[in-house]
Amino acid sequence: MRRWVSVILVTALALCCVMGLASCGGSDEPGIVPEGTYSRDLAGTTINVYNWGEYISDGSDDSLDVNEEFEKLTGIRVNYSMYESNEVMYSKLKSEAVAYDVIIPSDYMIARLLNEDMLRKIDFSKLSNYHYIDPKYRDLYFDPTNEYSVPYNVGMVGIIYNTTMVEGTPDSWSLMWDEKYSDNILTFNNSRDGFATAQFLLGLDVNSTDKATWEQAAEKLKEQSPILQGRVMDEIFNKMENNNAAIAPYYAGDFLTMQEINPDLAFYYPKEGTNIFVDSICVPASSQNYEAAMMYINFLLEPEIALANAEYIRYASPNTAVVNSDDYSLKGNEILYPAAEATVPVEYYHDLDPEIRSYYETLWEDIVRSTT
Amino acid sequence: MKTAQRVYTALIFILIYAPLAVMILFSFNSTSSTSVFAGLSFKWYRELFSNSDTLEALKNTLLLAFVSSIAATLLGTVTAVGIYRMRSRVTREIIKSVTNIPMMNPDIVTGVSLMLLFVFVGRLLGRTNTLSFWTLLISHITFNLPYVILNVLPKLRQTDRHLHEAALDLGCSPVEAFMKVTLPAIRSGIVSGLLMAFTLSLDDFIISYYTVGADFQTLPLKIYAMTKKTVKPDMYALSSVIFFTILILLMLINMAGMRSDNNSNGSKKSKKKV
Amino acid sequence: MNKRTHSAPRRRGLSFLLDAPYVLWSALFIVIPLVIVVFYSFTDAEDNFTFENISAISNYGTTIRISIEYSVIATLITLVISYPFAYFMTKTSANAQRTQMLLVMLPMWMNLLIRTYAWMNILEKNGIINRFIMLLGGDPLKLLGTPAAVIFGMVYNYLPYMILPIYTVMSKLDPSLLDAASDLGSNAFQRILRVIFPLSVPGVVSGVAMVFVPSISTFYISQKLGSGKILLIGDTVERFIKTSYNYNMGAALSLLLMVIILVCMFVMNRFSSDDEEIVV
Repeated sequence: MRRWVSVILVTALALCCVMGLASCGGSDEPGIVPEGTYSRDLAGTTINVYNWGEYISDGSDDSLDVNEEFEKLTGIRVNYSMYESNEVMYSKLKSEAVAYDVIIPSDYMIARLLNEDMLRKIDFSKLSNYHYIDPKYRDLYFDPTNEYSVPYNVGMVGIIYNTTMVEGTPDSWSLMWDEKYSDNILTFNNSRDGFATAQFLLGLDVNSTDKATWEQAAEKLKEQSPILQGRVMDEIFNKMENNNAAIAPYYAGDFLTMQEINPDLAFYYPKEGTNIFVDSICVPASSQNYEAAMMYINFLLEPEIALANAEYIRYASPNTAVVNSDDYSLKGNEILYPAAEATVPVEYYHDLDPEIRSYYETLWEDIVRSTT
Repeated sequence: MKTAQRVYTALIFILIYAPLAVMILFSFNSTSSTSVFAGLSFKWYRELFSNSDTLEALKNTLLLAFVSSIAATLLGTVTAVGIYRMRSRVTREIIKSVTNIPMMNPDIVTGVSLMLLFVFVGRLLGRTNTLSFWTLLISHITFNLPYVILNVLPKLRQTDRHLHEAALDLGCSPVEAFMKVTLPAIRSGIVSGLLMAFTLSLDDFIISYYTVGADFQTLPLKIYAMTKKTVKPDMYALSSVIFFTILILLMLINMAGMRSDNNSNGSKKSKKKV
Repeated sequence: MNKRTHSAPRRRGLSFLLDAPYVLWSALFIVIPLVIVVFYSFTDAEDNFTFENISAISNYGTTIRISIEYSVIATLITLVISYPFAYFMTKTSANAQRTQMLLVMLPMWMNLLIRTYAWMNILEKNGIINRFIMLLGGDPLKLLGTPAAVIFGMVYNYLPYMILPIYTVMSKLDPSLLDAASDLGSNAFQRILRVIFPLSVPGVVSGVAMVFVPSISTFYISQKLGSGKILLIGDTVERFIKTSYNYNMGAALSLLLMVIILVCMFVMNRFSSDDEEIVV
């Protein structure tokens, strides 16, 4: 049995050596933002950042590692963790057991957090880069006084399809109910986006406070259940990139990422209308390192950093320095920046009162379980 | 019959190793796909060793496994000795039943119950960052403890009570008697308990998933986050590295074991013949 | 005599001292958490007493039914596969047995998440198996997102947990018992049925428990191999805790899981003698 001890020790040692070797490979190139722009007074402290998956330039595929860049510049350690939906983020925050300093929720979730006193005001005097934010994304409905949020990304939901599997050029949500493509259709694995696919198709209000219209949408969704291949969130990348499914609604920016890998993919905004969203940077009320959070937010607004993020995430940027930059490979991209925004009607999600919310959540659980 | 047995065994092994083979193959893929093989390259191994996040998660995982298994082994061994010496049958049975709970309960229940405890206590104390490295460590020690106790206890039962008393009579202090007489006798139980605890802690995802805070990510949690989007082959590369490290180690030990076994087997066999 | 009466109270004090830290630890982190699960199960978001969560469990009839169904089927399949495998293992040379043990245990060092993810890629619509079928001119099969895929995932991931305890028990069987059985005129089949199987029951019981418990409570396997369409109890608990912020329902369903497992353990214990050593 004594040999087992040596197994443990040797394994651990071997792994440590591997890590030691690896850490030698770190680059010492000069940072993209000149040193000295940010004070190093807070060096040695830590901030907890909670963001969507695939929502920051993270150093993979020769991109810029934004968090590492920030750490190099300020000496502040970034604890970065990810969530897959607004609801997951909300639950975690609501547990009051984890203190985050920076979060990036979507519009309706910001409204809810604000409603429940879970956000802290942002000190705009510390954000020297705020002037880059396009005024049309300021003072939106969820933060009317513009005190709690800084826009990070903008986007719209559309339908991605594989041109080798889908005939013609579809233009409606009804494609997702087409039995011809049975077992080739994916859909959202979160209630709000999931419901919206049916609501837009049926011409219902996505922010309805009438339970009956939610039931109507739920019926439509149950009808769709038998022909679905699956309910997914970011697993969609793998499935669409490898021709495992033909049709899936998702966020426009992510389509561009998928198309890069699988050129057979195409995209459209359904004619019935679709969701438009703004994901904004906020600071939770429980933040423990507020000053560092301000520095981090300002850092995300730096033109070079915002550009690196926009290139990596491929969502539309509210940052004018990015949008007008000639280095921006997606400059004027017609999917991200549609010429006349009125081509299809767009609608924001609003936060609904808790009763409606728990009602549609229950309906949603029912729909998901009806698939089995 | 012999051939049928061999074929069956081989088939099961093929099944067990199929995904590992796929994983190792795709770790050498030249594109980021984990299902279409485009060409051979070491790109993902380079990527892996330059990804500071992954390496930190690996370091965290090892650290947590070390600390929690050693703490559980110390506490568990002391407890086992205490249970063994206990005179009251009722108390002993109660302690043993409680010890069985984390082993019988599914991990998800253990994880949820601990999380609810931490959240509950955190609220009572008005803290906003209850979940942290410490709650993770407590959880890991908690689920490791029963394995240590249940590995040590049978060994204690096999020892001769009188040896300990003899040592006392010969003038040893209780601590000395324990160190010199009992400890060597139960060492193999302690070591297998430690090993089990270490492995369980290394591999745990479910309990960590519920009790982790923002400041400490382990490898299984990182892998989970990645499988939520796309797993790039660098995760496969990492798994392959771990796989081969353990394979080589186990092979070395196995060879050493075979050699010593062949020697002792010879004597055993001759005994049986007699 | 004198000495013994003297040392007894001292020992009791010592054993209490040795166990005190653990008693405290297990009270804090094993017993109280379960009490809190019960507390959450019977309260609402405002901490008021209610039976609503418990009665709401009845809405999850299908989920509970398929969870039990799938995990029972998976456990049975695992048992059927493992039993002959373990038996054949004991028939080989000592070195071969050691190597096979190692090969069975080795994949357990790979994370379950990665193994399951690899299977997902193999079973995909356009995955390795279907590509192979199409190469042979067949039609691709629907593998992922079916109950079969989920059950397969359970069998695959927990197979070693069944093989190891059965093998451990079998390898300790006294060969002279079998010799005695053949001397008394029983054939190979009878020997397996009458001698080997009854003696291997403790291994089987322990294996069944070690496969059934993680199977019925899994959420990762069903998430990945069920394509988000097949929800088991574990998935439902996970959704309540992680997405809906409904700790009360999450706790109620956790309680249900515990009850199901306790009942199963009780039933199984009637088949086997009380054995406190773990067989691995």
